[in-house]
Amino acid sequence: MTTNSPLTASGLSVGYSDATIVKNIDLEIAAGQITALVGPNGCGKSTLLKAFARILKPKTGHVTLQGKPITSYPTREVATRLAILPQGPVAPEGLTVTELVAQGRFPHQTLFRQWSPGDREVVERAMDMTDLTEFADRPVHSLSGGQRQRCWLAMVLAQDTPLLLLDEPTTFLDLKVQVDLMALLSRIVHEDGRTMVLVLHELNLAAAFADRIVMMREGEIVAEGTGAEVICPDQLRAVFDLRSDVIADPETGRPVCLPRTPDHVPMRALAAAAE
Amino acid sequence: MSAKRTIFAATGFWLCLGGVVLAFLWHISVGAKAIPLGIVWQAITAPQDGVFDHVVVRDLRMPRAIFAISVGAALSVAGALMQGVTRNPLAEPGILGLMAGATFAVIIGIGWFGLAGTAYVPLFAAIGALIGAVLVWTIASAAPGGATPLTLILSGAAVGGFLYAIESAAILLNEDTFRNFRVWLSGSLARRDMATYLWALPWFIAGLIAALVIARQVTALAMGEETAAGLGVDTFRIKVIALGAVVVLTAAAVSVAGPLGFVGLVIPHVVRLFVGSDYRLIVPFSAIVGAGYVTLVDIAARVVLAPVEISTGIVTTMLGAPMFIWLVRAKL
Repeated sequence: MTTNSPLTASGLSVGYSDATIVKNIDLEIAAGQITALVGPNGCGKSTLLKAFARILKPKTGHVTLQGKPITSYPTREVATRLAILPQGPVAPEGLTVTELVAQGRFPHQTLFRQWSPGDREVVERAMDMTDLTEFADRPVHSLSGGQRQRCWLAMVLAQDTPLLLLDEPTTFLDLKVQVDLMALLSRIVHEDGRTMVLVLHELNLAAAFADRIVMMREGEIVAEGTGAEVICPDQLRAVFDLRSDVIADPETGRPVCLPRTPDHVPMRALAAAAE
Repeated sequence: MSAKRTIFAATGFWLCLGGVVLAFLWHISVGAKAIPLGIVWQAITAPQDGVFDHVVVRDLRMPRAIFAISVGAALSVAGALMQGVTRNPLAEPGILGLMAGATFAVIIGIGWFGLAGTAYVPLFAAIGALIGAVLVWTIASAAPGGATPLTLILSGAAVGGFLYAIESAAILLNEDTFRNFRVWLSGSLARRDMATYLWALPWFIAGLIAALVIARQVTALAMGEETAAGLGVDTFRIKVIALGAVVVLTAAAVSVAGPLGFVGLVIPHVVRLFVGSDYRLIVPFSAIVGAGYVTLVDIAARVVLAPVEISTGIVTTMLGAPMFIWLVRAKL
């Protein structure tokens, strides 16, 4: 199979000793775009992301990175092509922002060539992009949740990889901070020409910022396409067991999901009853 | 590391090293007959055969100071590695069963196998340390909630207590064999011979080198296993090397000094306060500061109740226990 996709899964099943979490998935990640993996809790989206980053070994099937099986690369070389930010990482106490971001240079260094001016340049650029320069010497744990998440993002940016995988980067952040972060991710991808895969909890963030959305349920891919293609009431009912209406954002035209409670009575019905 | 930080770290390192040298000389000068620092220095740099004080320094006192330095460095580095790799602020060879295992194995080796040749002492200690670690880990993993810092401490206390009970029984049953080991069992640098130390020396060196080599990867592991893997760290390999280094360092330290509690807990935490979270700094600084610490503690053990000497292990435990309680309250 020839493809331009930098990251693909074919026949991929992943799981733990007795349970299979991801079941026989085929997926090609589109180059230069943001792909969001969405789905209910436990649908396997984080597991799929970890398998893409070879943190979890597949039970069957395989992942290819830039055309070659990911297992054919040495560990360190994978990390020069693909960076992953796991969910809810914790910085060791006392680590400063610069020190954390500098960790991203790890795969580019060896025991005997530890730090070069080039490394410094990349670290400074990553901190500049994420607006962290003013916090450079502050301990990471003294920052707010949004600032901390930007530190981790800067660390994976400093890894300087064409591929970025992020697991729920917006969890526990204020709405405004979530939106700012997503806008930053979108800039990184579209201005730097990188490819990004995100696990997102918040469907409307995915709809607003992702170029492609992959919907998963019980370890399988249910739908895949642009937001407009996959976000519709029938799909949301099938994937999330959620009753909803979907409208178009009046400015961007992107879909917006409006969740409805089971006892919700549509206005139209109320109006009809009143007549 | 920024240039400023590098200079700061280098300056601090040389200052600490100077402090260790002073502690080393002081350690030698203190004793039943005080020997002035000048003469100690002379005895080390330009010894003369006929001078009695020089003989005392070189043959009697200096070995003990060397033991103190080596043991302090080994235990502190072992503690630092354990805390980094397991992300458990309370990890330490004493608390997590390695020291109890090593001590037990040495006692059994001597009592049952008549282990006369000192060459086997570090080997027995290493096997014991490894078994102790695995035992504590297995018991903690079987607990509800798995191997958390709390279950590991409880399991470590249980294993330690159990092994200590058997050791005590073995010693009571065979007092003649163990006469010399009762002091060793409470952690002491007194009356240890150079031969044992020389057999342990390669273990000290190997463990310290391994710790320095993996320091960079340990920093990454301290940020979480998945983060480290994402950065290209072969996490399994580094954990195996770290375990090996910790076992070897603990075994070497126990062979020479018996169990010295809490050194591996106290020193890395103190070091972190000054150098931060980068293990490329924590490992060498722990080695230096730990060496100085045990040297000073051993001076205290000899002079506080002079002419009676308290075991060094009793002093490290008395100093370390409050720190342990503080860590439990602050970090658990």
